[in-house]
Amino acid sequence: MTTQAPQFPGAPVVRREAREKVTGTARYAADRAPSGCLYAWTVPAAVAAGRVTAVRAVDALAVPGVHTVLTHDNAPRLQEPDDPILAVLQDDRVPHHGWPIALVIAESLEAARTGAGELHVEYARDEHDVTLTDDHPGLYTPEEANAGAPAVRVRGDAERALAASPVQIDATYRMGALHNHPMEPHAATAVWAEGRLTVHDSSQGSTKVRESLAQAFGLAPDAVTVVSEHVGGGFGSKGTTRPQGILAAMAARHTGRPVKLVLPRAQLPEVVGHRAPTIQRVRLGADLDGVLTAVSHEVVTQTSTVKEFVEQAAVPARVMYASPNSRTGHRVVALDVPSPSWMRAPGEASGMYALESAMDELASALGLDPVELRLRNEPETEPDSGLPFSSRGLAACLRDGAARFGWHDRDPRPAARQEGRWLIGTGVASATYPVLVSRSTATAHAAPDGALRIRVNATDIGTGARTVLAQIAADALGVAPEAVQVDIGSTDLPAAPLAGGSSGTASWGWAVHKAAADLAARLAEQSGPLPAEGITATADTEQETAEEPPYARHAFGAHFAETAVDAVTGEVRVRRLLGVYAAGRILNARTARSQFTGGMVMGIGMALTEGCGIDPAFGDFTAKDLASYHVPVCADTADIQAHWIEEDDRHLNPMGSKGIGEIGIVGTAAAIGNAVRHATGARLRELPLTPDTLLPYLL
Amino acid sequence: MDSLALGADLEPEPVVDEHSTVTLHVNGDPTTLTVDHRTTVLETLRESFELTGAKKGCDHGQCGACTVLVDGRRVNSCLLLAVAQDGATITTVEGLADGESLHPVQRAFVERDALQCGFCTPGQICSAVGMLREAADGHPSHVTGPDTAAGPAGPVALDADEIRERMSGNLCRCGAYPRIVEAIEDVIE
Repeated sequence: MTTQAPQFPGAPVVRREAREKVTGTARYAADRAPSGCLYAWTVPAAVAAGRVTAVRAVDALAVPGVHTVLTHDNAPRLQEPDDPILAVLQDDRVPHHGWPIALVIAESLEAARTGAGELHVEYARDEHDVTLTDDHPGLYTPEEANAGAPAVRVRGDAERALAASPVQIDATYRMGALHNHPMEPHAATAVWAEGRLTVHDSSQGSTKVRESLAQAFGLAPDAVTVVSEHVGGGFGSKGTTRPQGILAAMAARHTGRPVKLVLPRAQLPEVVGHRAPTIQRVRLGADLDGVLTAVSHEVVTQTSTVKEFVEQAAVPARVMYASPNSRTGHRVVALDVPSPSWMRAPGEASGMYALESAMDELASALGLDPVELRLRNEPETEPDSGLPFSSRGLAACLRDGAARFGWHDRDPRPAARQEGRWLIGTGVASATYPVLVSRSTATAHAAPDGALRIRVNATDIGTGARTVLAQIAADALGVAPEAVQVDIGSTDLPAAPLAGGSSGTASWGWAVHKAAADLAARLAEQSGPLPAEGITATADTEQETAEEPPYARHAFGAHFAETAVDAVTGEVRVRRLLGVYAAGRILNARTARSQFTGGMVMGIGMALTEGCGIDPAFGDFTAKDLASYHVPVCADTADIQAHWIEEDDRHLNPMGSKGIGEIGIVGTAAAIGNAVRHATGARLRELPLTPDTLLPYLL
Repeated sequence: MDSLALGADLEPEPVVDEHSTVTLHVNGDPTTLTVDHRTTVLETLRESFELTGAKKGCDHGQCGACTVLVDGRRVNSCLLLAVAQDGATITTVEGLADGESLHPVQRAFVERDALQCGFCTPGQICSAVGMLREAADGHPSHVTGPDTAAGPAGPVALDADEIRERMSGNLCRCGAYPRIVEAIEDVIE
């Protein structure tokens, strides 16, 4: 597939809903209170494995205002859901700590919460196993990892090549669970009326939520409307249907009244998915010039007993560096833990932390500059598939970033720079993220009065979807973006895929571009006034997106970090963080910069403060709220810059764009870890880099 | 009881069924309403006043999404019980603009793209408005140097470090912090 040269200037158009968001009028899923609305509170399982043997609700029902308590005994029966995490209140099994076992529904939130506290639950406990180890007897090789990636790929003979390599790195990197924690907790407001179900849901894609609800409740899809008008972030945790919509709809069906459910913050980690812990062994073999002869990346991770989800952390090693011998594989064990799922750049974020840390170790072992090491291992074609890259901007990102950052003044010796009690270091890491696209539909309408309207069930989780889709349509129609209305965020609109996989703009935009271009052509043919109903162009990209172009398509980036480590306390401060990205055509410079830097900020958390263990005794996450699980705050973000190089890639989509929502996090943690190593000489191989882990190397 | 010498006008409302009547001055308008003693200011604003700008991100004072101004000072409204705020003056994000004219902080947030998903934004903006006043009133922060602490006599100059420190009670998972700092710097200038 070759498309025409893209025409987009990438103008920094102000996001359309900014005024609503700064005045508090943008409505999210819990910002609606239908007349007669009841409020629900979920009760999580307090054991990690077993069965609910009794739920004694007498005291709860005696709380003034409590309307109903739903449990597996009395909740509406569901058809088998399309995702087993949605089979809530269907049986007595407790698959992990935090699994919803009851829903208290009341006239007020306060009454529901008080009622939940009065619920007496008895369990038959089973032994649980919640501890991931790299020699766990339950480890197995899955059929495939997340996103359909083959679990194992082998080229050549990595073992033999490693053994023969004059320079070898063999390092194991660990990280605990990471939690998405979007600022908006998962929420749903459900209304049944005349056989129809309407749910305002906090979701990254309401088309999928409608499918799930229709399936679970045995309804025709057109009997269900799901609205996700404004969504307070998701980062993967709202990518597919989560239980809140199912629970709210159950409660509304059971009570005959509207029901609002907001999952409490501390319940989110065990209900909405998380980035699974990983233990990653990376082995690199190189010759004395730093040219790789072997790459081995072996990932051990965990899933739940509810479903198999395998964090595809070894996948980026199939893309990054040339090497005649390679082995990349995943093994997983099903534990009595909450189900992992997508978190911003699943696979790439965790995998590139390991691979890019190992590359830094290799550079140190060789006495070679880490930027130069990467440049020496640039592949001609994608190492795993042998396909040519549609574009590969990594070298340009590394060179441009090094120049902007002032990399070449760097003294390569570790622990060589000190300012008072602060040890200063700099680090670099590469980033990559695949180009994904899904089928979408859209319509473009011209009204007789000249009004132009795009309709597509896209979702704005903070990317500025309305704005960039208006720009895409405006370009095809030859008008200013302000002349185009954009309707998104409801299943009453043409079906469209989720905001996820950094694919939203490509997927929706392609359909919007196609519809708008068709409308422009029909308007050009039109003589005289438009018909009373106007002209509507409908687009479906089923055919276009089904084509598999013979190219490897990825975005790339380079991250540079300067860190200061307090020699007394072990505290790490990120003084500077600079990213340069090669992500096709940037369609809106203002909102794109925000997404890139936002991913980098999340990467600071991954590097320094975020990480969650599982208590082996009780089987629950040890850091469930925002006081214990530390996401970055404003004071953690000093000088953060995102830049990009222009790419003219004709093998993507009509806009020439790659995804930008995830790559910002991908190399950040490794760059920071490498900078900390440069600052201190200490190579820590476990995230996050907290003061207690650094102090032993500083004393 | 005599020693308390309560005047008739200070006689508390009788407690009936764990509800009380309070008067809240929200965005300029006094409203008298009966509140459940368990109900927070946040819940009252959202469910009784239908002012849903203030957001519930954690309900534990950990995230700042519920920040509003009470008697001119920024507070986590999820940590205040409405029954304890009788007579309070509350300004929410909905009350900052002057008609169609945005508050300077709101305008700066739009111009700097200091928001993405927007869920924390009302709290960030109310927090910034309150923070600017705290600094003007001479309140030091963790990063205010001992030599520069102006005390009640004068304002604290807000550089980027001061802004970051003072805005760190408001989480933004989208990571809009760099733009938020720029927006507040624009307002100061």
